[in-house]
Amino acid sequence: MESKLNLNPQLIQSARTAAKNIADDVQNFIDKNTTVTVERTVARLMGVDGVDEIDKPLPNVLIDAIKEGGGLSKGAAFWIGNAMVNTGKTPQEIAEKTSSGEIEITKLPIADENKIMDAVYETAKQTVEKIKNNRARRDEYLNTIGEGRKPYLYVIVATGNIYEDVLQAQAAAKQGADIIAVIRTTAQSLLDYVPYGPTTEGFGGTYATQENFRIMRKALDEVGEEVGRYIRLCNYCSGLCMPEIAAMGAMERLDVMLNDALYGILFRDINMQRTLVDQYFSRIINGFAGIIINTGEDNYLTTADAYEEAHTVLASQLINEQFALKAGIPEEQMGLGHAFEMNPMLENGFLYELAQAQMAREIFPNAPLKYMPPTKYMTGNIFRGHLQDAMFNFISIWTHQGLQLLGMPTEAIHTPHLQDRMLSIENAKYIFNNARDIGNEVEYKKDGIIQKRAQEVLAKAEELLRDIQREGIFDTIEKGKFGGVKRSFTGGKGLAGVVEKDEKYFNPFIDLMLGGAK
Amino acid sequence: MESIQKVDLTRVKPYGDTLNDGMVQMSFTLPVPYGDEASEAAKQLAEKMGFDDPAVVFSKDLGVGYTYFVMYGKCTHTVDYTVIEVPKVDMEFMEREEVEEYIKENIKRDVVIVGACTGTDAHTVGIDAIMNMKGFDGHYGLERYKGIEAINMGSQVLNEELIAKAVEVKADAILVSQVVTQKDVHIANLTQLVEMMEAEGLRDKMILVCGGPRINHELAQELGYDAGFGTGSYANHVATFVVHQIVKRNLI
Repeated sequence: MESKLNLNPQLIQSARTAAKNIADDVQNFIDKNTTVTVERTVARLMGVDGVDEIDKPLPNVLIDAIKEGGGLSKGAAFWIGNAMVNTGKTPQEIAEKTSSGEIEITKLPIADENKIMDAVYETAKQTVEKIKNNRARRDEYLNTIGEGRKPYLYVIVATGNIYEDVLQAQAAAKQGADIIAVIRTTAQSLLDYVPYGPTTEGFGGTYATQENFRIMRKALDEVGEEVGRYIRLCNYCSGLCMPEIAAMGAMERLDVMLNDALYGILFRDINMQRTLVDQYFSRIINGFAGIIINTGEDNYLTTADAYEEAHTVLASQLINEQFALKAGIPEEQMGLGHAFEMNPMLENGFLYELAQAQMAREIFPNAPLKYMPPTKYMTGNIFRGHLQDAMFNFISIWTHQGLQLLGMPTEAIHTPHLQDRMLSIENAKYIFNNARDIGNEVEYKKDGIIQKRAQEVLAKAEELLRDIQREGIFDTIEKGKFGGVKRSFTGGKGLAGVVEKDEKYFNPFIDLMLGGAK
Repeated sequence: MESIQKVDLTRVKPYGDTLNDGMVQMSFTLPVPYGDEASEAAKQLAEKMGFDDPAVVFSKDLGVGYTYFVMYGKCTHTVDYTVIEVPKVDMEFMEREEVEEYIKENIKRDVVIVGACTGTDAHTVGIDAIMNMKGFDGHYGLERYKGIEAINMGSQVLNEELIAKAVEVKADAILVSQVVTQKDVHIANLTQLVEMMEAEGLRDKMILVCGGPRINHELAQELGYDAGFGTGSYANHVATFVVHQIVKRNLI
């Protein structure tokens, strides 16, 4: 593709190479470690579900028992497999008996290794097959009822009550939404377990539970068939349970997941070792399940200045891209994030935003970029806010963004009301239709404001990536170079859940899922 | 030519394009299917709200048997503007340089301010706008102020942690930001902090300030805070209040 911005391909290549080296370095660390949530995910994928009498999820019960027995470094698959061989029971029954105290999972005699492997793989393959079928079901929908045109219109629901969410989601789909994201209740990211069952109470959002996923999936399939468009479901694969949420999403056919390699570290103060290990497995699952991941670079611009820190967004996108490739996620599933967050009073701000959006498009030509709306400078003046959102929509259609997270005129006031979503969808549809091919018609002036802005951001990003390559990602984060947020290697939440792997460690799902459907 | 009618401040009502026409624009959704009956329902409702001549100028089917309306109506009520009193942080706000000078002359030591977005709230945008070096909208944050040591603890900080930090660094003031207000979660959270500080005998020793889009001075005072700052507040407003209070309450 010819660059409309006259970007230097060598500079892009250099930036990408630096990002790859950064990711390689971290991958060595990731490969040596596992975490409690990674192992709970293995348990879930082997069929462990449900809660005990105090509502503690059985995957937690089981992994805690293995951890207390000093066996976590061998991995959950080893112990579950061993118990299967010893008792002839299913993983679910083993978890239940662990909960009731009938089985001490790490005290059973160690069976023959081949028998353990056989037992584990037989079960694991069934789940993998189920996920493959979900993927096929999605493809079937896309081939029969079809989908909306890109940019997909992405709206959130956040009532706290999954049944109320269903009503709002169906209304949004009828108004034209293509993706429904169910915002999670505030602070779920800091829970080191995934709640269970349907939920009707939450603050600023609704708990992500497997049952809630199932309820919303069913509702969106129904409304999708009615409106003749497949409606994608999105949730949040971040926080302390990244891979577990990914597994639940894969089993319940979610389509989009927020899934950033660094977000939890920077914005939720989750320990960096923990998040980096967790993100890897979560992304393997998302990649295999055909789920589009969304990265969270837009968040940098809510804490740091959107004009001055634009290059950190690009640098992070390139790092996220490399981590995603390592986890087997194809470019077509990389919803790299960026945002329209400059101060609206900035002279020529629209030109700079246009430059940056076009730049992201050219550097990641096959990625369905996730474009985030103005939030920081939304004031409660709903009329100006509606205009800001219109400017944002205009850039999106111009630069062929993939997933358009619609801005709401009432941003900064409340979680969207029913009519707010309608007004925002109407805004986007009007502009997308009215300016559909503008990007193919208009070129940018050579060495003008737009070209120069994009070139400057690329140059700064390349420089930053070379710096990070020299210092390593851990030091870079400790110094606060992303989003102006500093985090230490041993600080934050969840470090106690990181364990170095034993040489006998194995995780069948990495083997079965990495690199996509075989 | 007829002269223009004068405003009667004891009987104020909305202005559209003529004094006392009472014109109000509003929009809302009713959980009824789109159609003539829906519009009639909206009009009757507006009448009950106290509007004369309510008119539905636009309505739209929201797709689940609900209808959205844009309406106008003439407000029949008035208020007496002359007797209104609103409690607010009533002072001349100083600019950053003036605050710095004030600290140098009147307090003669560094002022320590600890801030956090507390409870389950993960939105740092408010506390960052006030505290971070960069500030917001051209107004530098407290970290930039000479004579102020600003400690921003970030989001999802428990009230216990916030108090512990404030004690540890001998804070003069605590700033609490609350952005998520769904189901009034912020009220419970703000109240808990005051109660905990009172229980530990710290309340009188520190200046306690809260802020957020749904917070105002009146609410803050009701909850037991010294001040509350809403949308449109900047670091210099908060700083002015804090340094004045230190002097006024003799916390030097």
